[in-house]
Amino acid sequence: MPVMEYIDAIRLAMKEEMQRDEDVFVLGEDVGRKGGVFTTTKGLMEQFGELRVLDTPLAESAIAGVAIGAAMYGMKPIAEMQYSDFMFPATNQIISEAAKIRYRSNNDWSCPVVIRAPIGGGIFGGLYHSQCTESVFFGTPGLKIVAPYSAYDAKGLLKAAVRDPDPVLFFEHKKCYKLVTGEVPDDDYIVPIGKANVLREGDDITVIGYSLPLHYVMEAAAELEQEEGIFAHVLDLRTLQPLDKDAIREAVKKTGKVLIVHEDNKTGGVGAEVSAIIAEELLYELDAPIMRLCGPDVPAMPINPPSEKFFMLNKEKAKEAMRNLAMY
Amino acid sequence: MSKLTEIVMPQLAESLVSATIDKWLKQPGDEVEVYEPICEILTDKVNAELPSTVAGKLVKILVGNGEKVDVGTPVCIIETAGSDEDVPQIVADTIQQSSSNHASGSPDGDSSADRSMRNRLSPAVQQLAAEHGVDLTQVPGSGLGGRITRKDILAYVESVKKSGVVSVPQSVNMDPKLAVRTSGLHLAETPKIPKIEIEQTIPGRGEYFIDVTPMRNAIARNMRQSVTEIPHAWTTIEVDVTNIVVLRNKLKDEFVKREGVNLTYLAFLMKAVVNAIKDFPMMNSVWAVDKIIVKRDINISLAVGTEDSVLTPVIKNADQKNIAGLAREIDDLARKTREGKLTLNDMQGGTFTVNNTGSFGSILSYPIINYPQAAILTFESIVKRPVVINDMIAVRSMANICLSLDHRILDGVICGRFLQRVKDNLESYNSETTLY
Repeated sequence: MPVMEYIDAIRLAMKEEMQRDEDVFVLGEDVGRKGGVFTTTKGLMEQFGELRVLDTPLAESAIAGVAIGAAMYGMKPIAEMQYSDFMFPATNQIISEAAKIRYRSNNDWSCPVVIRAPIGGGIFGGLYHSQCTESVFFGTPGLKIVAPYSAYDAKGLLKAAVRDPDPVLFFEHKKCYKLVTGEVPDDDYIVPIGKANVLREGDDITVIGYSLPLHYVMEAAAELEQEEGIFAHVLDLRTLQPLDKDAIREAVKKTGKVLIVHEDNKTGGVGAEVSAIIAEELLYELDAPIMRLCGPDVPAMPINPPSEKFFMLNKEKAKEAMRNLAMY
Repeated sequence: MSKLTEIVMPQLAESLVSATIDKWLKQPGDEVEVYEPICEILTDKVNAELPSTVAGKLVKILVGNGEKVDVGTPVCIIETAGSDEDVPQIVADTIQQSSSNHASGSPDGDSSADRSMRNRLSPAVQQLAAEHGVDLTQVPGSGLGGRITRKDILAYVESVKKSGVVSVPQSVNMDPKLAVRTSGLHLAETPKIPKIEIEQTIPGRGEYFIDVTPMRNAIARNMRQSVTEIPHAWTTIEVDVTNIVVLRNKLKDEFVKREGVNLTYLAFLMKAVVNAIKDFPMMNSVWAVDKIIVKRDINISLAVGTEDSVLTPVIKNADQKNIAGLAREIDDLARKTREGKLTLNDMQGGTFTVNNTGSFGSILSYPIINYPQAAILTFESIVKRPVVINDMIAVRSMANICLSLDHRILDGVICGRFLQRVKDNLESYNSETTLY
């Protein structure tokens, strides 16, 4: 099985879907001739031509609007937001149009659009290139949101997103692009939207998270097991909307001690909802207060290395939080 | 004071997470200036020289030629003021020590001393204890501050099973000084929608509930709106209808034969009212705050009562109909109302309301105006009474007519004149009056 980087898995998913279905096309800023600022769409224009790989103006609202319109007309667009930070001009299109079309039209119309956006920091990108925007869209019924952790999931979830009949936001972590490599099958597989994934079995603590920080959690979990005999059960949500409540319940029941981890800031994040679900439904399974390890509630990613390091999660922070919970 | 500075692998491009040291340009012991290249590095995107961030002496290379390291990893140590070379060793030792401190903080390290959490029982612990009938005072706590953890219970249950000791199930968990707190709440996924029960008697109570029908609700709303918005005034007048009684008695049998409908007093009244409205158009108007809208068409709303409601179907263009036509229309609307066959069209456009309250024996009423009209008139029971006419007492058929009016539009004088005109019209019917 080929081993590839996270970014290659995303590119492969788009390539395979464009080969499979002529209605699939990509659009975004610099996705064509340049092949994307991260090279995510490199080679697609050469292979599929400029009618299926559109270089757009610097107008995210238009990118989303065109993609939504095309999707309503029966196409399967994959719109790229160069950075998820730039997605905000398109929020009106996404939240008020894409998310609501099926409901508003009494099931007459649908909007099978995929909007890809790189989230997260740790690449010295500062304010405009580091934000996690998932919590902005998280509370909007009508949108599906996925955030892959591995290269395997990145390909499988993107293919599932393209085939989904409703709008899907695909949040890929830009630091994972080159950091994460893994085995990715050549064949046409999908990872179902709405299903979480157990990354690791354990009976001391349960860690629930998504995207990049789970790599730190997995490293910390391996060390804690080796050095201190703490066995962590790690659940990758994979899909943020709709949350896999059964998997969350299952994972919490394993240990009764829950740590929720994400890079997005703590207040109003996905972890708050996961925590509320646990509090509502699993009070009598809890053996410790629900804990969260998240980005700090500060307005922006700092643009100096020590502060960025302070902002970002890492293995040490994960390890300490996991140890504290295990000791409780 | 000497100072040691670590030079770390910088973030050379977005999305890069690691880089390879190609070749060291400086060796330990070399002096370096600020921004002077100290080594060459290779990445997927760029090849670059790594400049020093400080001036000083390179004391130690941490990453050798050809090694790939993550961004942020220290690659060398530079000493910024004169000192000996043992210092990096000290730094390393300190790091070693602090990490071994961490390692010694194992789960059951110092829990024996602190017992402050001993009686703090988590929901999971309480549930498991109840399930397995565990006496919690017997369970050792390995958690923070001596807290009994979920795993402690599971381990205890396991050990009891192995040792073959049959635990005596306790009624409730352990000793009374440990207060057990529960929320007593179970939260379902969505709050329950309150259930409304209708027409259900409550046993042992002297009342029962009737669901408010949409019709009842509409009546209530209209009445409340009329009473709250319109300043009502009320007046009444007495009318001698003897001539009408005589006239009707003369014509009614033939009328039924000919027209198939009853010739009612109401038809005569209606004609008299319509003619009076023609003389006093203000009666046929609507209050519109900054103006008064006077309606040209005279459309009479006729109040028709049923067992459980009252409706006001409309006789359109009533001024263009004769008494026979009105009688037929009244009969038609009353029938439709009773049969529930009124259409929306039958209900719209009324400009003045007439209510035949005499039909249920009333002799005086204070009607509520049919919003947004200007007035409502009732026709009360016809009763025979001794009346003085030309200083002689005669037995006459008398009836009261009552009028409620919107005092924003109408005043006593105009209404008095209007009622007088209705009275004149009614009293001027005689045996010569034609129905057609």
